[in-house]
Amino acid sequence: MSSNELTLTPSQSPGLVKSPLSISPSGSLGAVRRPVNTTGWREWLFTVDHKKIGIMYGCVAFVFFIVGGVEALFIRLQLALPDGRILSADKYNQMFTMHATTMIFLFAMPMAAAFANYFLPLQIGARDVAFPRLNALSFWLFVSGGLILNASWFLGGAADGGWFMYAPNSGPVFSPSNGVDFWVLGLQIAGIASLIGSINLIVTVLNMRAPGMTLMKMPVFTWMILVVQFLLVFSLPVITVALVLLMFQRSYGATFFDVSQGADPLLWQHLFWIFGHPEVYVLILPGFGIISEVLPTFSRKPLFGYPFVVFSGASIGLVGFGVWAHHMFASGLGPVSVAVFSMATMAIAIPTGVKIFNWLLTMWGGKIWYSAAMKFAIGLVILFTIGGLSGVTHAVAPSDTQQTDTYYIVAHFHYVLFGGMVFGLFSGFYYWWPKVFGKMLNEKLGSWNFWLMVIGMNLTFGPMHILGLQGQPRRMYVWTEARAGEGFFNFGFWNLVSSIGSFVLSVGVLFFIINVIKTTRNPERAPLDPWDARTLEWLTTSPPKVHNFDRIPVVHHLDEFFHRKYVEDETTHAMTQIATGEDLMRAEEAAADTGIHMPGPSYWPLLLAIGVAVLGMGVIYGTPIMVVGALVVLFSSFGWVLEPSVPEPIDFDSPSTDGHTKEIAPLG
Amino acid sequence: MADIATHDTDHATDHGHHSSTGLSNNKLAMWLFLGSECLLFGGLISTYMLYRGRVQNGPHPSQIYDIPFTSVSSFVLLMSSLTMVLAVSSAQRKDDNKTNLWLLITALLGATFIGGQVYEFTAFYREGLGFTTSLFGSSFYSLTGFHGVHVSIGVIMLLSLRGIIKKGKITGDKAEVVELIGLYWHFVDIVWIIIFTLVYLIPS
Repeated sequence: MSSNELTLTPSQSPGLVKSPLSISPSGSLGAVRRPVNTTGWREWLFTVDHKKIGIMYGCVAFVFFIVGGVEALFIRLQLALPDGRILSADKYNQMFTMHATTMIFLFAMPMAAAFANYFLPLQIGARDVAFPRLNALSFWLFVSGGLILNASWFLGGAADGGWFMYAPNSGPVFSPSNGVDFWVLGLQIAGIASLIGSINLIVTVLNMRAPGMTLMKMPVFTWMILVVQFLLVFSLPVITVALVLLMFQRSYGATFFDVSQGADPLLWQHLFWIFGHPEVYVLILPGFGIISEVLPTFSRKPLFGYPFVVFSGASIGLVGFGVWAHHMFASGLGPVSVAVFSMATMAIAIPTGVKIFNWLLTMWGGKIWYSAAMKFAIGLVILFTIGGLSGVTHAVAPSDTQQTDTYYIVAHFHYVLFGGMVFGLFSGFYYWWPKVFGKMLNEKLGSWNFWLMVIGMNLTFGPMHILGLQGQPRRMYVWTEARAGEGFFNFGFWNLVSSIGSFVLSVGVLFFIINVIKTTRNPERAPLDPWDARTLEWLTTSPPKVHNFDRIPVVHHLDEFFHRKYVEDETTHAMTQIATGEDLMRAEEAAADTGIHMPGPSYWPLLLAIGVAVLGMGVIYGTPIMVVGALVVLFSSFGWVLEPSVPEPIDFDSPSTDGHTKEIAPLG
Repeated sequence: MADIATHDTDHATDHGHHSSTGLSNNKLAMWLFLGSECLLFGGLISTYMLYRGRVQNGPHPSQIYDIPFTSVSSFVLLMSSLTMVLAVSSAQRKDDNKTNLWLLITALLGATFIGGQVYEFTAFYREGLGFTTSLFGSSFYSLTGFHGVHVSIGVIMLLSLRGIIKKGKITGDKAEVVELIGLYWHFVDIVWIIIFTLVYLIPS
């Protein structure tokens, strides 16, 4: 659909009439008018549609995935042979810092946000998120943050203190370039983006579910995203404080981390990990959610023990707030703290294990369809379990003291994050591609994609267990032949294997890109319900209509879409198909709502995000720039508030029987 | 699948609920934001509590705090919560004049508090406590400064809201907008009670 959502025509959406309250240009602040009929690039720049924003999140996050991946390849090239000369010590520090920062904050979180934005309203039967303009603001702030973070490469060198940026090591004395300043500001802005996004998504899930969809009838993906957003709401402010303190120290001479003034070097570590450990679950739970959709669909069985999967996800989130100090076992916390955090960390393995057994039992006895999405999902279950088991060895404090700062840790978190999160996201790509783009990704290329990634990932990260237990430290930019050891445990051999593995892995990702290009060029359309899926996002066209659903579905079951297609025999419990996805779609179109209004596009989210970015740059480049940024922020905030919301209450619309629309008033 | 279609329209009359929780989207979002803010101030307060006694240069807290003065400005801020409640109540009774009056008084009380803080900061600075003087100085100014910025933003919101109401530009439920800003305002007041107790009243 090229024009905006307020010009739906009956031919595009059968049963819909043009909204009587279609948007008319009205002045706001007398200067800037609300965009009306956006097309071309404007359609994307000013959109507030959750689906378009989701796609933009996905594209930008994927670009950062490539950037972070190239950084990883530099690291592996440097370490492939003894006394590597590809990078200097300083560049190496920047490389691993930016690799981790990019992968976590600019790929993993926004890619999860892409899925959440796109599918969460669809899965709960809503027409958009609760605050569409804030949604656009989140996206543009994330882009601003990402650009600021990476601009440092060209403006005097990137951050070089590791992704946890331990102070006082990240103070001006040890890290004199502006890299850390860019890092602090970039993350601060990306953090605001996540905070706004999380509030938005929580309100959406809690408030905008279709009639009949109780919390325990929500798809597991939606549940996991909800848990993640709660983690973000309560953990992001803590990193915000840490970043503010560091910024005050670096830019304005405060003394928070100045040990000569009596500062406590553990302050940063606590603040960082109170955020940093929930963050780990922020990264993995969306992957868990995705495969909890994929495994039942391709096993042709409902998810085994739905309430257990939901509550174990929630308890992972809850306990995740009480385990942060296991990142600090080597810092001398004292025996009581170490014991408590050690026990809590072991406890978190229980709900995680519960989930793994639920997934196994979902597959057990099912008619498994080994599609690419399913392969990635099974890959996650296996690889995450390996990473989880090495994780339990870190929970044992004495053992962790040996492993801290070695490659064993690197091996562990790449198994859980790459094997867990990235495989989950790729599973999601294959599963939902036909929904988002209306075309099927090629299964054969998908298979190549999967196997090369599995082999590459095990070759890359598997040997790191050995390297770490042999004592190769993390973050060392060279290793020497003289101290590489002999025989099976020789550093040289395993480092080379790991580096070769990273290139195999890259070829696997390349296959995905080839697959995307090939699919885009292929004119063949995907069937409406290619996987015989179970949840509500399939109860609409592919790609979905601008207003998502022709009428808001009424939910009676968990897996509502599946239960509309199949009826269960009372005695034998056999499922008989009574309808296809196409049948259901025809029924929806025949009974479509009339007079649906959708939120109109807006300039303000983009302008406000630019203002915040300029304001941030002012911290580095001086007060005049800060003043300019602040003025833009102030101007766009007032523009935002005063923006005419024509058609009136724009943000949310629910159908009613009498032909009139009833809305709740959006004000925010 | 006509049977499915009719099956669903039977329930169409249930559609009246606009929000599954009964809370409006805006109010729920504000509560979540304030929840998040608790952790923000939690982090700043923890930093202050860790560092309040660590003075290598410059004055010690007990040497510069003027508790009677700060008590008076705290009282002013707390009274602004009362006037905010009156503003919300007038807005719910759709009494625009009274609403505007109470919003203005609330903003003035908030501005008085900020004025007191500016005076206090200036006095402390003259007595030798700069932002970079000591750990105590950095953490004191960060914590109370963050709170001051919150009050200032509140004052700007109150005055803007008053302007918007006067011009009749408000869209949607006016009383709810007043209530939302009220929630924020009360939160900022409650945080001050905690800060006042921990920073000023408990000797370090």
